[in-house]
Amino acid sequence: MNAQPSTSLKLSAWLGAAFLHIPLLLIVLYAFTTEDRTYTFPPPGLTLKWFGVAFARTDMWEALWLSVRVALGATALALVLGGLAAAGMARSQFRGKSAVNLLLVLPIALPGIVTGLALLVSLRRAGLDAGTLTIIIGHATFCIVTVYNNVVARLRRLSPSQLEASADLGARPLQTFRYVLLPHLATALLAGGLLAFALSFDEVIVTTFTAGSQQTLPIWLYGELFKPRQRPVTNVVALLVMVVTLLPILLAQRLTQGTDAMNGAGKSS
Amino acid sequence: MASPPSAPDLQPQTGPPAVAPAVALDNLTCVFGKVRAVDGVTLNIAQGEFYSLLGPSGSGKTTCLRVIGGFEAASSGSVRLFGQDAARLAAYDRPVNTVFQDYALFPHMSVLDNVAYALTVRGVGKAERLKKAGAMLELVKLGELGSRRPAQLSGGQRQRVALARALVNAPKLLLLDEPLGALDLKLREAMQTELRAIQQTLGITFVYVTHDQGEAMSMSDRVAVFRAGKIEQEGSPRELYGHPRTAFVADFVGGANVLGAVLVGQSSGTYALRPEQISLTPDPGAPMRGRVTGLHYLGATTRVEVQVGGQTVHASVPSGDVLHLKINDQTALNWNPADLRRLEDA
Repeated sequence: MNAQPSTSLKLSAWLGAAFLHIPLLLIVLYAFTTEDRTYTFPPPGLTLKWFGVAFARTDMWEALWLSVRVALGATALALVLGGLAAAGMARSQFRGKSAVNLLLVLPIALPGIVTGLALLVSLRRAGLDAGTLTIIIGHATFCIVTVYNNVVARLRRLSPSQLEASADLGARPLQTFRYVLLPHLATALLAGGLLAFALSFDEVIVTTFTAGSQQTLPIWLYGELFKPRQRPVTNVVALLVMVVTLLPILLAQRLTQGTDAMNGAGKSS
Repeated sequence: MASPPSAPDLQPQTGPPAVAPAVALDNLTCVFGKVRAVDGVTLNIAQGEFYSLLGPSGSGKTTCLRVIGGFEAASSGSVRLFGQDAARLAAYDRPVNTVFQDYALFPHMSVLDNVAYALTVRGVGKAERLKKAGAMLELVKLGELGSRRPAQLSGGQRQRVALARALVNAPKLLLLDEPLGALDLKLREAMQTELRAIQQTLGITFVYVTHDQGEAMSMSDRVAVFRAGKIEQEGSPRELYGHPRTAFVADFVGGANVLGAVLVGQSSGTYALRPEQISLTPDPGAPMRGRVTGLHYLGATTRVEVQVGGQTVHASVPSGDVLHLKINDQTALNWNPADLRRLEDA
C-alpha cells in the first residue's frame, strides 16, 4: 500500500477538521467583539469587556457552581459504581455476562431524551424532588459507562498472579487493594473520571428532565441565547465551558496513552 | 501506614514437636467442575527437604502447589503445614512464600520495593526493610539493580528478583512453580545449581513443581511423579531411576523401553530397560536381534532405534560403537539381565 496519503485524502481530512472546528473558533472570536447584537464579520473591534460583564452576572456563577457540583457528584458516583461493576464483571464468568455488559454500557448510547424521560418518571415515583441530587443521578447513568469501560479494559491486563503474589507475601485484601490493585487502576480511574466530568459538565438533555427549576451552566447558556442584548456574554461563557471540558479530555487521553508503554511490564517473557 | 495485625505464629516449635513435616497432604482431592485435578494425594515433606512434584502438564502438580500456597481450596482431604491444619488459613496467613511461574513482579514498583513488599505489608520500618531487601538482592547477585523497574530486567534477572522477593521474609517453606521454565538452557542449568545452593544455605524446605525430569533429578532430595491427579511413585531420584514401579515412571523419569516378557526371555510380566543399558556390539549369542530404523547422532552418544518383533527399541550407545551401522542393518541387542526392572502395571 501507498504509505503517503494522497492529496485529495489530505484535503478532505483538513476540510473535515475545518467543518468541525471553525464554528468553535467563531465562538472564541466573538467572545471579544465590540458589537453586541449580530455576528458581522469581521468583528468591528475587539474588547475584553464581555468577560467583565459575564463575570458580574451572579446567575452565571450560580449556574457554573451548580454544574461543577453536579459534575463532581456524578463523577464520584461513577467512580465508585463503575469501578465496582468493572471489578465484578472482570473476575467472574456467568451466563448472560455479555448481556449484563451491554446493559451497563447502554446508557451512553441511549438517546438522552429517553434516559431523561425515564428518570423523570421513576424519580417522581421514588418521591425524589427535582434538584441537585436528581441531576447527579441522571448524569451518573452515563458517567458510569466511561469509568466502567476504562477499568474493565485495565483489569483485563492484570494477571491474577499479581494479586496472588501480593497475598502470598502477606498482604491482607485491603493492602493488596492499596499497593497493587489501585496503582494498577489509577490512570484508568483518572481517565474514566475525567471523561465522566467532561460529559456531565456540558450535558443538556437529561438535565432538562431532572433539574426542575435549577439551571446548570449549559442550560443557563441556552436560555441566554433568547436575550439578544448581550450576545457576546454567551460566547464568553461558551468559551469557558470549552476550556473546562477540553482540559480533562486532553488529560484523560494522555493518561491512557502513557499506560500502553507499561502494558507488557508485568509479562515475564 | 498502620501496622497490620500480625499473622498467627506458625513456627513449628509452637505446634506439635519440631519433627512435624513441613507439608503433610492427606488424601487431598481437588475437583473443578467435572475434572478431578488432584485425586487423593497423600504425601509428607520433611523440614529442610528439597521436594519436587514432577509430571506432565495437567497431572495435578501445580494444583497441589496452589493448595499448599492457599490459592486453591481442597475439595476434600487435609493440608497440614508444620503440623498445623491449614484448611482455614488464608494465603496471607501461611508461613509460605511462592515463586510464580510468570514471576508476578509488581510492574509499578522498583526492584527493591518489589523485594521489600513482604516487609512493607507487615509494617517493617523503611530503613530496616530496605536493608533486608538490599541484602536479599545481594544474595541473588542483583545488588546493583535495585532502582530499576521489572520491565527493564532480563528474564533471568526477573527470576532472581522473584526469588529474592519470596525469600525476604525468611519463610520456612518456599514453593516454586516451574520457576525456570522461561529461561534458556544454559541459564536454567546455572540457576538449578544456584537454587540448590540457596536452599542448602538457608536450610528451608523447597517444594518445586516441574515437568522437566532432569531438573527434578538434579536438585531434589525426593520426587513425587504425578499422573492424572495421583502420585504414581515417590522416592529419591536414584530410587525412581533405579526402580521405577510403572511403565509411566520408567519412561517419564530417564526414558525407558517397556518390553514384554517374551521379548526379554522372561516367563511373565512387563519390564523396563534403559536405552543406555543396551549395547549393540556384535554377538552371536545375543538375546535379541532387530533391524535398525533410526540413527540420531547426539555427539558422545548415538540414539539408535531398532525394530524388534513389531516394537521399536531405543538404545543409547557410545557413538564410536556404532560407526559401522546403517539404516536397515541387522544388529544384535545385548543387556545385563540384572538391569531389567519388572514393572507392577500390566
